[in-house]
Amino acid sequence: MTWIFENWDRFWEVTEVHLRLSVVPVLIGFLLSIPLGWLASRSATARAILFPLANILFTIPSIALIVITPVLIGVKILDEINVIVPLTIYTIALMVRSVADALSAVPGHVTAAANAMGFRPLRRFLTVDFPLALPVTIAGLRVATVSNISMVSVGALVGLGGYGQLFTEGYQTDNPAKVFAGLIGTVVLAVLADGLLLVLGRVLTPWARAGR
Amino acid sequence: MIEFRAVTKRFEDGTIAVDELDLTVEAGTITVFVGPSGCGKTTSLRMVNRMIDPTSGTILVDGKDVLSVDPPTLRRGIGYVIQQAGLFPHRTVLDNVATVPLLSGWDRRKARARAAELLEIVGLDPAFGKRYPAQLSGGQQQRVGVARALAADPPVLLMDEPFSAVDPVVREGLQDELLRLQAELDKTIVFVTHDIDEALKLGERVAVFQTGGHLAQYAKPAELLSAPANDFVASFVGRDRGYRTLTFLHADVPVHPVTTAKLGQRVTVTDWTLVVDDQDRPRGWLSGVDGEIEVSERDLIAGGSLYDGSTLRGALDAALSSPSALGVMVDDNGAVVGVVKADDVIKALAKARAAGEVPK
Repeated sequence: MTWIFENWDRFWEVTEVHLRLSVVPVLIGFLLSIPLGWLASRSATARAILFPLANILFTIPSIALIVITPVLIGVKILDEINVIVPLTIYTIALMVRSVADALSAVPGHVTAAANAMGFRPLRRFLTVDFPLALPVTIAGLRVATVSNISMVSVGALVGLGGYGQLFTEGYQTDNPAKVFAGLIGTVVLAVLADGLLLVLGRVLTPWARAGR
Repeated sequence: MIEFRAVTKRFEDGTIAVDELDLTVEAGTITVFVGPSGCGKTTSLRMVNRMIDPTSGTILVDGKDVLSVDPPTLRRGIGYVIQQAGLFPHRTVLDNVATVPLLSGWDRRKARARAAELLEIVGLDPAFGKRYPAQLSGGQQQRVGVARALAADPPVLLMDEPFSAVDPVVREGLQDELLRLQAELDKTIVFVTHDIDEALKLGERVAVFQTGGHLAQYAKPAELLSAPANDFVASFVGRDRGYRTLTFLHADVPVHPVTTAKLGQRVTVTDWTLVVDDQDRPRGWLSGVDGEIEVSERDLIAGGSLYDGSTLRGALDAALSSPSALGVMVDDNGAVVGVVKADDVIKALAKARAAGEVPK
């Protein structure tokens, strides 16, 4: 803890990087998962392709994916894109299934009623299907966010890891306080982000807790 | 008015759901489509608002071919009540009811005002408006479903087994409510059910569908009961159809006087005596008591159903269910008018038959 206060500027700097490297992929991955999840919930073919693909992507070790990304997309090794792209892929791999399951769980009589009332497809998706899928979707988003916050550290291998930087430096200079600081930072960030999403979910879905 | 002209629906797997349906639903009436599962009644209903499109044939709503209108636009002009209500769980009751007005571009305040008005029309306290559907009972949800279908004041209302998921007592209440609403609103209603009793109660005309998508008979309820078109209809309308025919007969039955006694009064009981309260409402029967007694609740034998003077079925049931074999007839306030006898009902039926009032 004392390390954190004595090196506050440095700690805050890596915190900012860590936050950016974890939140940006979650946002991009989440936005991309919505149409993909929708597709998977609608078409058995899309499901048969997307779900196994997501599983395979998720089994690729994060170290390997982060090391190989610069080679594949050909950007400078120190560019943040090199961490953002693999983490976005992990987010999508996790979220496609959540979004698809959440959309499939919307009761058939509700969507049938929406059609019968005269909703057009896009409006129905935005105002009926998606809001009803939110509780399950947000649960998936919490998992993806926490898992991303933990995985960012691996980026230290390519020189971009937020708190991961503190792990490698602390290891190399035999400074456990530095490693510990990174650990505390990661956990606090994960707990805060998870709590924030929990509260957001409650605010967005007051109906889900309506008494029966 | 809704017209089906040679409408056929063949599904992709080759099954024929509806076979050459020709049928006209008169404006301002409740028409019930009834039949066993797989008879095409629901498919026929859903072709009206293009939830399903016919393979061949034409459906006209007020003279306009439904296939010429884009489905969402068509549907906003046709009320639809679905099984289990199909309310949007994430919207308040008020916003559920306001759905179609909002889709049609009304401003929010006007749509909500209209929705509040409709809650009252279907017999719900406007305070329910702020709740979510999960906070209502099944019967209340179904009322909200009806209110939602009526919100944009569509001339045509489609009801797809709307009351099948609620318990029998609530269902009866909802049916009465629908009849009361219809008397005020005068909509063209198509109502689908697999329950023949519901069909006979609600329908001014009833279309009986047979497995394979054939229309077996399209007639008034009394005619279905007394003159079924074929064995299928006869067996579908059920064993008690002779008895149920009485529901549609309103002939006069002679009303006989009855000996009554008030609670607390001292009487000598020689024959069946009807005990009444201060407002002359029946409480029960007394019989076979020795000597003079003071009438108390304890001595009473429970009475049967009460006849309100409306149908022969009510009169016969009152007589059959009464321990004295005398059916008690009451007026609108529930006060005793007199008693009716079962054989008088049978005679009235014979007279009605002779006068041609029972459809053949």
